[in-house]
Amino acid sequence: MKHKVQILDKEGIRRALTRIAHEIIERNKGTEDLALIGIRRRGVPLAERLAAKIREIEGSVVPVGTLDITLYRDDLNTRDQQPLVHRTEVPFSVTEKKIVLVDDVIYTGRTIRAALDAIMDLGRPRVIQLAVLIDRGHRELPIRPDYVGKNVPTSRREIVEVCLQETDGEERVLILEKD
Amino acid sequence: MNWKRKDVLGLQNLSVEEIEIILDTAVSMKEVLGRTIKKVPALRGRTVVTLFYEPSTRTRTSFELAAKYLSADSVNLSASTSSVVKGETLKDTARTLAAMGADVVVLRHPMAGAPNLLAETIPAAVINAGDGTHEHPTQALLDMFTVREKLGKLAGLNVAIIGDILHSRVARSNIWGFTKMGARVRICGPATMIPASIETMGVEVCTGIEEALEGADVVMMLRIQLERQQQGLFPSLQEYTRLFGLNRQRLALARPGALVMHPGPINRGVEISPEVADGVNSVITEQVTNGVAVRMALLYLLGGGGIPVA
Repeated sequence: MKHKVQILDKEGIRRALTRIAHEIIERNKGTEDLALIGIRRRGVPLAERLAAKIREIEGSVVPVGTLDITLYRDDLNTRDQQPLVHRTEVPFSVTEKKIVLVDDVIYTGRTIRAALDAIMDLGRPRVIQLAVLIDRGHRELPIRPDYVGKNVPTSRREIVEVCLQETDGEERVLILEKD
Repeated sequence: MNWKRKDVLGLQNLSVEEIEIILDTAVSMKEVLGRTIKKVPALRGRTVVTLFYEPSTRTRTSFELAAKYLSADSVNLSASTSSVVKGETLKDTARTLAAMGADVVVLRHPMAGAPNLLAETIPAAVINAGDGTHEHPTQALLDMFTVREKLGKLAGLNVAIIGDILHSRVARSNIWGFTKMGARVRICGPATMIPASIETMGVEVCTGIEEALEGADVVMMLRIQLERQQQGLFPSLQEYTRLFGLNRQRLALARPGALVMHPGPINRGVEISPEVADGVNSVITEQVTNGVAVRMALLYLLGGGGIPVA
């Protein structure tokens, strides 16, 4: 791994999330029936931060859930080892809710495909929207985010590394190049 | 750490880390069981065969439901209705099943070590669902899962296992498992039903049930197999109940809030009084639910693709 380029710093992440929070409120005309669901791992702290910002702006509390998509992966039959399953915790009914799915990076779109199936198994939301901190392109499925922190054109050889205080002890987004 | 093992044959050779992976995975599986739509696509296209050479309702049904909730196809084979009655050997039966594309074989067999033989013979993953008086790992794992869920930990707990230890594969697996996880295990039963040198497994042998129950966090009652009386291992059921049965007065010796467990099927009024079996301390029905979650966890961990054949 070499050639590190920083594409977002702490302030950059904060501003992007503030803008996304405003956009979510505007698009949904408020926060009624709104709920956020973060995809493990780094989607979870991002969803919590968005909920906190929405509360600052609108004064209303939006429920937050956690989704683990492992059991819905499309590569379980081809991997050498089974990936470990973590907990899904969605402590509210998703039926008739406006769900905003939150993840750190969108790449091929396969994680989001799995997440959509996982949510559908929990109930029937009125609408599902997608918020990501980074869109790095190279989609392999017809999936498009509704809210994007930053669009970053990348090559497939590159790796986007999102570091968050809650999971990594620091705040920044880097692009690394594989050797 | 990731899961690397092809088979689960007993608690004796599982590491603490492996036990923790199974129990953690089972937590996620229990969440799936609580949903309106109890099905996830994780094992689509995989085949689970349950091969039972001994009667069983709960273990077998539990495995079958676990497979279905994970979207695997499951086939059940009883020795009494298969080519086994025509004299086919276990190895040949297993090779036939493997040739038909079974990915996981769940085996219950009266001979200790039969699952080990099977695991060496076929490329499919093998899960021991009880082999003779040797081990019953999924029962012990669901017991540990239930205790961890209810009491928040396993290390440092006092676990009393009471009854026919000699013939109990459930007891053996639980002793391996709980001691490995740092619990203190005390056992108690008629002297004819306590195996010689059981202390080497790291347990304390108590002669009276009161001694075993004193301050226990978990009380595990074993089913008394009624046919043992014919073998002269205890004089009468009445005497067994008087000396080793769990009733409300005796349970009061355990820690307040202690868990009462039983692997089933229960002989009501023999090893456990109905008021205790149905009382507030009893987690016997939850054990059954947790059994499905634990078996889902094992099927998921063993049923993946690309596991290299040893």
